[in-house]
Amino acid sequence: MAERYVMSIDQGTTSTRCILFDHGGRLVSVTQREHKQHFPRPGWVEHDATEIWRNLEQIGPKALAQAGIGSGEVAAVGIANQRETTVLWDRHTGIPVTRAVVWQDTRTDMLVEELSRRPDAYIVEELCGLHVATYFSAPTIRWLLDHTPGLRERAERGDVLFGTMESWLIWKLTGGPDGGVHVTDVTNASRTLLMNINTLSWDDTLLDFFGVPRAMLPEIRPSAQTYGAATRVMPGVRIAAALGDQQAALFGQTCFAVGEAKCTYGTGSFLLLNTGHEPIRSTHGLLTTVGYQIGDEPAVYALEGSIAITGALVQWFRDGLGLIGTAPEIETMARTVDDNGGCYIVPAFSGLFAPHWRSEARGIIVGLTSYITKGHLARAVLEATGWQTREVVDAMNADSGLNLRTLNVDGGMTANNLLMQFIADVLNVPVVRPMVAETVSLGAAYAAGLAVGYWPDLEGLRRNWHRAAQWLPAMDPALRAREYDSWQRAVERTFDWIKPHEE
Amino acid sequence: MPGPVQSIERAAAILRLLAQGSGRLGLSEIANSLGLARGTAHGILRTLQMVGFVEQDEATGKYQLGAALLHLGTSYLDVNELRSRAINWADALAARSGEAVRIGTHLQGKLLVVHHVFRPDDTLQTLDVGVLLPMHATAMGKVLLAYDANAAAAVPDGDLEPFSRRTIRTAKELTRALSGIREVGWAADVEETTVGEASVAAPIRGYGGLVVGAMGISGPIERLCDPHNRPRPDLVTFVRDAARAVSRDLGAPRW
Repeated sequence: MAERYVMSIDQGTTSTRCILFDHGGRLVSVTQREHKQHFPRPGWVEHDATEIWRNLEQIGPKALAQAGIGSGEVAAVGIANQRETTVLWDRHTGIPVTRAVVWQDTRTDMLVEELSRRPDAYIVEELCGLHVATYFSAPTIRWLLDHTPGLRERAERGDVLFGTMESWLIWKLTGGPDGGVHVTDVTNASRTLLMNINTLSWDDTLLDFFGVPRAMLPEIRPSAQTYGAATRVMPGVRIAAALGDQQAALFGQTCFAVGEAKCTYGTGSFLLLNTGHEPIRSTHGLLTTVGYQIGDEPAVYALEGSIAITGALVQWFRDGLGLIGTAPEIETMARTVDDNGGCYIVPAFSGLFAPHWRSEARGIIVGLTSYITKGHLARAVLEATGWQTREVVDAMNADSGLNLRTLNVDGGMTANNLLMQFIADVLNVPVVRPMVAETVSLGAAYAAGLAVGYWPDLEGLRRNWHRAAQWLPAMDPALRAREYDSWQRAVERTFDWIKPHEE
Repeated sequence: MPGPVQSIERAAAILRLLAQGSGRLGLSEIANSLGLARGTAHGILRTLQMVGFVEQDEATGKYQLGAALLHLGTSYLDVNELRSRAINWADALAARSGEAVRIGTHLQGKLLVVHHVFRPDDTLQTLDVGVLLPMHATAMGKVLLAYDANAAAAVPDGDLEPFSRRTIRTAKELTRALSGIREVGWAADVEETTVGEASVAAPIRGYGGLVVGAMGISGPIERLCDPHNRPRPDLVTFVRDAARAVSRDLGAPRW
């Protein structure tokens, strides 16, 4: 038995990682490399897709070496990726035509406003389940086509290709200009604003609406299916899965049943709820998205609540204020006091995401008195993540008609015990961390392993899931209600800060 | 008696230099001031940077004293930082061994549990992060006593508190046990805290090999030990490998 591991590539916003998992879903080796963040103008965020590819060329073989195996012992590789980030490249040279435009980039805000005002704009949400916003790919593609001389013609001829990061890496891995496979998966395609959420194919009405030529788009494939074999980095290994990172986490958490939800706590945080084979339309500010699709089986849909700033607030506390040296020290500082001292921080750094969707809101610190110390501020930083989770869970309960019973958590912030306890307290449900906190990578590995028969079925994957930690709610209900009320009043105070066209 | 180590002398001179004046110097300035080749100065600066004694300004490339120097007297590694850095390997250890995993550090003569991973059988278990355990009666505690001179110095003279028939009772006995632990690189507690329970632990090291904590598994004696009440070698290997992996991530030299 030569093939013993599955590799996942997690192409994230700040770094790319390769992880090898064994048959028990256990982590065998990890390699990682950060890439540069380019901020050429205010509001612009770019990555160099070639740099990311080169990083993968390094860390892929390194992960194998660390585990002491060859690529022959890798059954399959799956990719999880930062979603929506847009790469355009020349199909003949394999060179990106511009730097990749990252999901956080807001250069398309005017275009988005213009598009949203069109009388036929209602059709977008109806067809794809998302509203027009800067971080989805379609406005970015349109912007690049409009602002790069000659690009539209090249795109129409099919000389320039579009892809999110998984498309780019799959194309490069399978040979690039030399026979590279140009595909995306349903979860990533569901974040472009160009895919019909019911038919799971590119929609001509949407392509027309955004002015995106069909010739540049990848073929939409299931999340778990062999797309091709790598010819580079790990020659011969089958590339058998791709999922957007948050959908990968849902899969890695084995949230396979309707009503199961996970929240991944990172720079931002993303709560996804499995809603089964029918897309549910939100009336409370959540997004309808594809959760995953295994081979030819029907797709599974999800409701998504995204919170822009959670871990990023801790980073700001570290880098912007310099009050701590490393992110985990926030817990140490927060534990120097017993409560928030009446202080609340609402991190609406670039507006508020779900469920408010207020782009004109800006962050505030309220309740300052001479009593407040940096310890209280540290608590307020952590509590902001808890309350933002509560707002999204309330919206999900209302939309789905289900009451969340347990929250499965993962991501870097789950190492923070104070925060996890606070989330259990404010949600009033148990918070559970699974044994593999790396659920994004695990989800991609699971999907790839499933596609090639390394794991037999979903039940087999479920058996790999184990509880590593659990936090039970312990907050007095009256205190919870009072604190939530204070938080909500703090949130209201962030609204209407930026006036139209002021920026 | 060997002579002074040249690179340490030079490192000390660099620190003194940076501590004077404006405190921000370029590589050439440092090399010229001390009459060192640029390559030599760069090598020393990189090492000092790695251990946190020197920082390099990203924009100007100039060097200055690092924040770690200011905190030399306080805790070397924040316990929450330790948990954060160890969490993946602790999970992997629990998954591999099938037992509960804990990470501990020394706090005022006790063992402070800073991280806890449940035994992966999905039974009801309670997080005991923050709990204080006796040093001399637990595998993790004994590891810290064996490798952390300050922790060892905090053990009271005289008889040690017994928790079971097998608890180490005297300082002399403890000293002998600790030298045995240093010899093999891991520690065990077989019914020394609780009858029927055992634990195995190994040291977590940071830069330069400094022990910053201990990591171990615990569970029923019949699962952790062979019929002669000796810890199962495969489990010992899992624990040592996991502790080594964390140490490697923390910048410890390989050993």
